[in-house]
Amino acid sequence: MSPDQARTTSSSSSQVKEIQEAVRRHARVLATGGGSKPALSTPGDDGVVRIDVSPLRGILFYDPEEFTFSAWAGTPVAAVAADLAQNGQHLPFDPPLSAQGATLGGTVAAGANGSGRYRYGGVRDFLIGVRFVDGRGNLLQGGGKVVKNAAGFDFPKLMVGSLGRLGILTELTFKVFPAPRSTASLRADFATLDAGLDAVVRLGRSTFDLEGVDLVATAKGVSLWLRVGGLADTLPGRMERISDFLTDRSEPVRIERFENGEKGVVHWKEMASMEWAPEDGLLVKVPVTPTKVRQVDAAWASQGAIRRYSVGANVAWVAWPGSTRALDDSLADAGLAGVVLRGSSGHPWVGRPTGRRFLERIAAALDPDDKFGAVRSWPTS
Amino acid sequence: MGDEAPPETADAARLRYSGREATDMPLRELLTALERMYPPDRLLTNPAQLAAYESDALTVFKEQAGAVVLSETQSEVVDTVRLCARHGVPFVARGSGTSLSGGSLPVADGVVIGLSRLNRILKLDPDDRVAVVEPGVVNLAVSRAAAPHRLYYAPDPSSQSVCTIGGNVAFNSGGAHCLKYGMTSNHVLGMKVVLPDGEVSEMGGASLEGVGPDMTGLFVGSEGLFGIALEITLRLLPIPEVYRTVLAAYHSLEDAGDAVSAVIASGLLPGAMEIMDRLAIRAAEVGAQAGYPPDAAALLIVELEGEADAVDAEFSRLLRVIESSGAYEVRVARDEEERTRIWKGRKSAFSAVGRLAPDYIVQDGVVPRSRLGEALARIEALSRAYDISVANVFHAGDGNLHPLILFDGRTTGALEAAEELAGEILELCIELGGSITGEHGVGMEKRHYMSRMFGRAEMEAMERLRSSIDPMQLANRGKMLPLETTRAPGR
Repeated sequence: MSPDQARTTSSSSSQVKEIQEAVRRHARVLATGGGSKPALSTPGDDGVVRIDVSPLRGILFYDPEEFTFSAWAGTPVAAVAADLAQNGQHLPFDPPLSAQGATLGGTVAAGANGSGRYRYGGVRDFLIGVRFVDGRGNLLQGGGKVVKNAAGFDFPKLMVGSLGRLGILTELTFKVFPAPRSTASLRADFATLDAGLDAVVRLGRSTFDLEGVDLVATAKGVSLWLRVGGLADTLPGRMERISDFLTDRSEPVRIERFENGEKGVVHWKEMASMEWAPEDGLLVKVPVTPTKVRQVDAAWASQGAIRRYSVGANVAWVAWPGSTRALDDSLADAGLAGVVLRGSSGHPWVGRPTGRRFLERIAAALDPDDKFGAVRSWPTS
Repeated sequence: MGDEAPPETADAARLRYSGREATDMPLRELLTALERMYPPDRLLTNPAQLAAYESDALTVFKEQAGAVVLSETQSEVVDTVRLCARHGVPFVARGSGTSLSGGSLPVADGVVIGLSRLNRILKLDPDDRVAVVEPGVVNLAVSRAAAPHRLYYAPDPSSQSVCTIGGNVAFNSGGAHCLKYGMTSNHVLGMKVVLPDGEVSEMGGASLEGVGPDMTGLFVGSEGLFGIALEITLRLLPIPEVYRTVLAAYHSLEDAGDAVSAVIASGLLPGAMEIMDRLAIRAAEVGAQAGYPPDAAALLIVELEGEADAVDAEFSRLLRVIESSGAYEVRVARDEEERTRIWKGRKSAFSAVGRLAPDYIVQDGVVPRSRLGEALARIEALSRAYDISVANVFHAGDGNLHPLILFDGRTTGALEAAEELAGEILELCIELGGSITGEHGVGMEKRHYMSRMFGRAEMEAMERLRSSIDPMQLANRGKMLPLETTRAPGR
């Protein structure tokens, strides 16, 4: 550990105590981090005190041979990714908004995953341990430091997607994977969304090891983006087979292949940075399935929404031009729920999420005085 | 971390646990209500019938339930839970009873809710790659049903041909392929559950992604303390194009362990990496005639899977690593039959150990991978100090140890000595920064080690959470959380 890191660490310990104090002192609090998801770091109510976790930064432990690292929750994802890359490792779920300063804690709290989630899972699958401050101001630990662990209640998973509304994350332990030596990408354009979805479904049951499967709705139809990774000399052959597979039955308008170069990664970078979405509207993550996408896309298109279907059409990223109310209605009609990352919605969770009754009991245990407001901000059906 | 009180001996725990509580009156009233719901052949109350349910696969614990009901529908389960809540009678859900931690041990004078007849696959959607199943569906049945669509269910505990998804969910079961694909919780997307007071709640859904706190993730592995899963939405994966499996024989356990580190360092991500020691090899040979090299001190099994082109290239690299790791014999499975044989020996090792000794304890602990060598050396030293044979089978890729502690229960004090040794191995796992369980769960067996692994604040938080979800502590009472702390601490 460098002297710099040592300083960070000791100052961080006192900062954790400050967070505990702040939680005890104030009636309503909201944890914030890098600010890359403004809708989640803007208090909806008056009287909510912001607790900035971003000074709590630095890697605490990283042993490449263990495939694990621990870091303070305010550590920027980009800083961690750089350290991992030096050892040929990565968090394979393409954590979004890292170029915009997203922190590890914010990524966990938002439950935010990028395109790479398709192959090996998302933040819920790679987070193995947490420390967090509960609504009483207690510092609690959950999970552990080893990649396999079945002891005790799974607090790490509970924190994923919680938006800091069940506890304030202070320290996180992740497992990591070896990064592929090389990657290659392919874009296939289809005339209709349905044709693109057909291809996604066929690929999902094929034996191709795909890292990313994204659909980008365009004015002329839809573009399917695929990414494979592995030893460089195997990639051209594998891409050839995938191209043949795509043209075998369905009829893409055109296929373009990209090697490891800049042009090949541009789509994945753009997906991770969310730069495709207008800065001023709402940006919403909506869990979907291929079947659901077929049902909802036309309605969203007619409302002027820009849609990107990531993770094999399991995540809809929607740039919504209208009001929160209209979005909420649209999701509720389709039996869907979403989380607003950008744009002032006042309500981070929209639509009809499941599990309210279970959540009420969890929140009563972890946050009995409703300081974080999980249930308060949960939509009622 | 840690607690001041030393863990109670297993013997004392068993004695104390068998002390009956005065629940007879509520139980009688409950039985009257259950008689209206269930035909006689699905409501078992006489001692001979109950005896079949007094243990699970951890047979050192025995307890007689007040009644066993064999539910056939979700609404029967919900109604039974509601009746239990109304009468304040504890209940335990049970699938095939394969828990190795005593997870489905009955509560004295409580109700066992048998779920193995709730075994319908409600939906199999190949487009969305999900299966929705009832809790009594057998693990392997999911993969069988998905196979025509070239999909499968990844978690593969050794008992997968009999264990149920409900039990897998409750105990977050693992298997040999966790390194790459994770445990049960990584494959459960959503659930419909009945909470301990009979309220039904849904969580998650059919998407890989969720919204809000990952309650599905919290429910998985909660060991039945949060209620019973009625419907479980499972993620399916495409069956890999090829598997390439290699078996390497070593003259020492350390060499095999070093080989694992070398494979990891090479940047490969095998689907499975398993090690067996000399005694485990002998057991597998006796039990499954796997044809393993008989003189090996350790065997390493490594498997890669995926696209043929990619796996071929990676397998060449893997073989180079293994060949330079000191293996004196390397066998590559040439076809599916040879691969199956390699795995059959490994998967039968647990039960086959029964041929080497009248009784054995399967231990399940985790250490950081880089400390595997140290852990094994210390287990060997413990084995010598106690003069008790220990066979080692483990998931080397994720540091998950399975020492099999052999003893003869007919000898006075042998069980106690074996349990003491098992306890020392758990202490060792905690000391090395690992976990007291990788995949079998805490159950009855390890609840007194929870406070060694977690601090007081964590134990109290878990207790508060459980009490908030189940104020009467009816659901699988006595499992995971030590009884000493079952009263929710005040604020």
